[in-house]
Amino acid sequence: MTSQAIAAGRPLSFFSPRRLRKLREAGLGYLFLLPAFVVLIVFEFWPIFYGAYISTCNWTVKGCTKQLGLANYVRALNDSEMWHSLLVTASYSIISVPLQLGISLLLAYLLFQQIRGKSLYRVLFFMPYITATVASASVWAFLYSPDRGLINEVARLLGLPQLKWLGEARGIFALIGDALNVPVPPWLAGPSLALIAIIIYTTWVFVGYDTVIFLAGLGNIPNELYEAAKIDGANGWQLFRRITIPLLSPTTFFLLLYTVIGTFKAFNHIYVMTMGGPGDATTTASIFIFQQMYQYNRYGYSAALSFILFSVILIITIIQNRVAGRAVVYA
Amino acid sequence: MAVRTLQPTIIRSRRVSWTQILIYVVLTLGAFIAVFPFFHMVATSLKTYGSVITGAFWPWFPLGDEPLQWQNYPEAITTIGWDKQWNIYLFFRYAFNSIFVSLVIVAGVMITSALAAYAFALMEIPGKNLLFLLLLATIMIPPDLTIVPKAVMMYQFPNPFGAGSWYNTYLALIIPFLASVFGIFLLRQFFLQIPRDLYDAAFIDGCGHLRYLLTIVLPLSKPALVSVALINFIWAWDSFKWPLLVTRDPQMRVLAVGLQQFLVQEGGTKVQLMMAFSSMVVVPVIIFYFFTQKYFTEGITTTGIKG
Repeated sequence: MTSQAIAAGRPLSFFSPRRLRKLREAGLGYLFLLPAFVVLIVFEFWPIFYGAYISTCNWTVKGCTKQLGLANYVRALNDSEMWHSLLVTASYSIISVPLQLGISLLLAYLLFQQIRGKSLYRVLFFMPYITATVASASVWAFLYSPDRGLINEVARLLGLPQLKWLGEARGIFALIGDALNVPVPPWLAGPSLALIAIIIYTTWVFVGYDTVIFLAGLGNIPNELYEAAKIDGANGWQLFRRITIPLLSPTTFFLLLYTVIGTFKAFNHIYVMTMGGPGDATTTASIFIFQQMYQYNRYGYSAALSFILFSVILIITIIQNRVAGRAVVYA
Repeated sequence: MAVRTLQPTIIRSRRVSWTQILIYVVLTLGAFIAVFPFFHMVATSLKTYGSVITGAFWPWFPLGDEPLQWQNYPEAITTIGWDKQWNIYLFFRYAFNSIFVSLVIVAGVMITSALAAYAFALMEIPGKNLLFLLLLATIMIPPDLTIVPKAVMMYQFPNPFGAGSWYNTYLALIIPFLASVFGIFLLRQFFLQIPRDLYDAAFIDGCGHLRYLLTIVLPLSKPALVSVALINFIWAWDSFKWPLLVTRDPQMRVLAVGLQQFLVQEGGTKVQLMMAFSSMVVVPVIIFYFFTQKYFTEGITTTGIKG
């Protein structure tokens, strides 16, 4: 009908059927978007602004009892515990990201070869990821248990020293130094063994997820490239180094961004395994913010802390985009 | 000529077989590490406390003199306590809360995601691209940034079904999670792949958007819907920090929070019960996962979003 109107050269009136239909479609479209957007706006966007307001307050059950301006931020920047929590978070991230990505890239590359039982392996690797964190973290806390945990039991059978694992606040280099009778200065003590134990757990959980993503990325590399390189006499390592690594770089970059952000918000398993302890050895920024809110009811202060953590994440993401983003090869 | 072609083949096939063996060894070791903690969990849940503390390593299954301690499971359930409100064991209350909350969230997410994904994929709406960017932006919001104000809001929102606020109610556990960016993304991807001809044909026949969505699009998108449902179920089932923060009474706890509280209170002395509790949380999900795993990996690789 509309096309007839256009064909006849008649001007479209405001209430032309075509326009009405468009209007109706737009209205219906907004209606379709409404439920999801109401939830996202109320519980994702609005809290950012509200949080900014709370962070400038001395906030109690009654609400904002006193405007403090930026005092919460100043206090946070002078809080050595806050800096310590950022340091713990950074150590956690710097160690676990390469570990996770390295192992999962290896597994994905092996899984991608001509082997039997490929899907079974994938299912098994993925299992830790789908398991409730609290449950698997409690199992690992038991594995790490100093007196009757499996890991120390195996160490005992192998004649290795038995460690306190999640209960050990001392740095790993300090521990190694002790074992070798080499004095290690405090600044070189390294991340606590408790944090390393948590990192091992994290790796166990996420390697399966990363492997699945890497596998998808490997599947996108055209096979002809490998065929051509093989004809030219390239060996397995050369294929991996010259074709797989560069062409997989978009996937690696995506996983890098995601995993770094993931380590910065890590909470559940740390809270279950150590609650941030012993002392503050595993108090990451996320745990610190939670403690300030949940145990001390310092809402204004913890809101300010969360903005500081967010700006750290933002800066790191921008740097990664600049530095690692440049190395990405888009085929 | 014949010799020259024969020789490399032999060398290569030999080298390949060694590499193959190495590949299987590494993969099997990886799979063993991935699965072993679950095995150890179930094995420990079937031991007496005595054999837990004396022989952590062996026997994994107390087969010798000691029968499997199946009674650890009812004991774990009864040890947690009694819910006077509903007159059931608290464990069942936790389980009910977890199942109820997860199912309602999944149902809500399916509805909100299907509608929004349809609008994004197939409807002409002014400002659609801007709204889609807004949606993308929510992925970048770290949960730590919003958790404090969200918790504060739970104290402020009035409870329409009774006195008090949303704090310590199912509303706080459910409503904030009724939309899933992951769900909208995945379904939108899928809806876009449905042939456009189908749409044109249906609309010439006078089919409206809602009917087209319900009778054509959704039935064609079953795999994507299953992926969204399963993955969101796992996330809801896994949630711990939020329920810990916004609930107070044991009656409002979900399994994850109940498990953590049990670990704090009794985990040190009743390891076998702790492991029985963990097994009850984990094993049903793992069994379920084995039957549906294809949807998980497909859903996750399509969007690459993790929770």
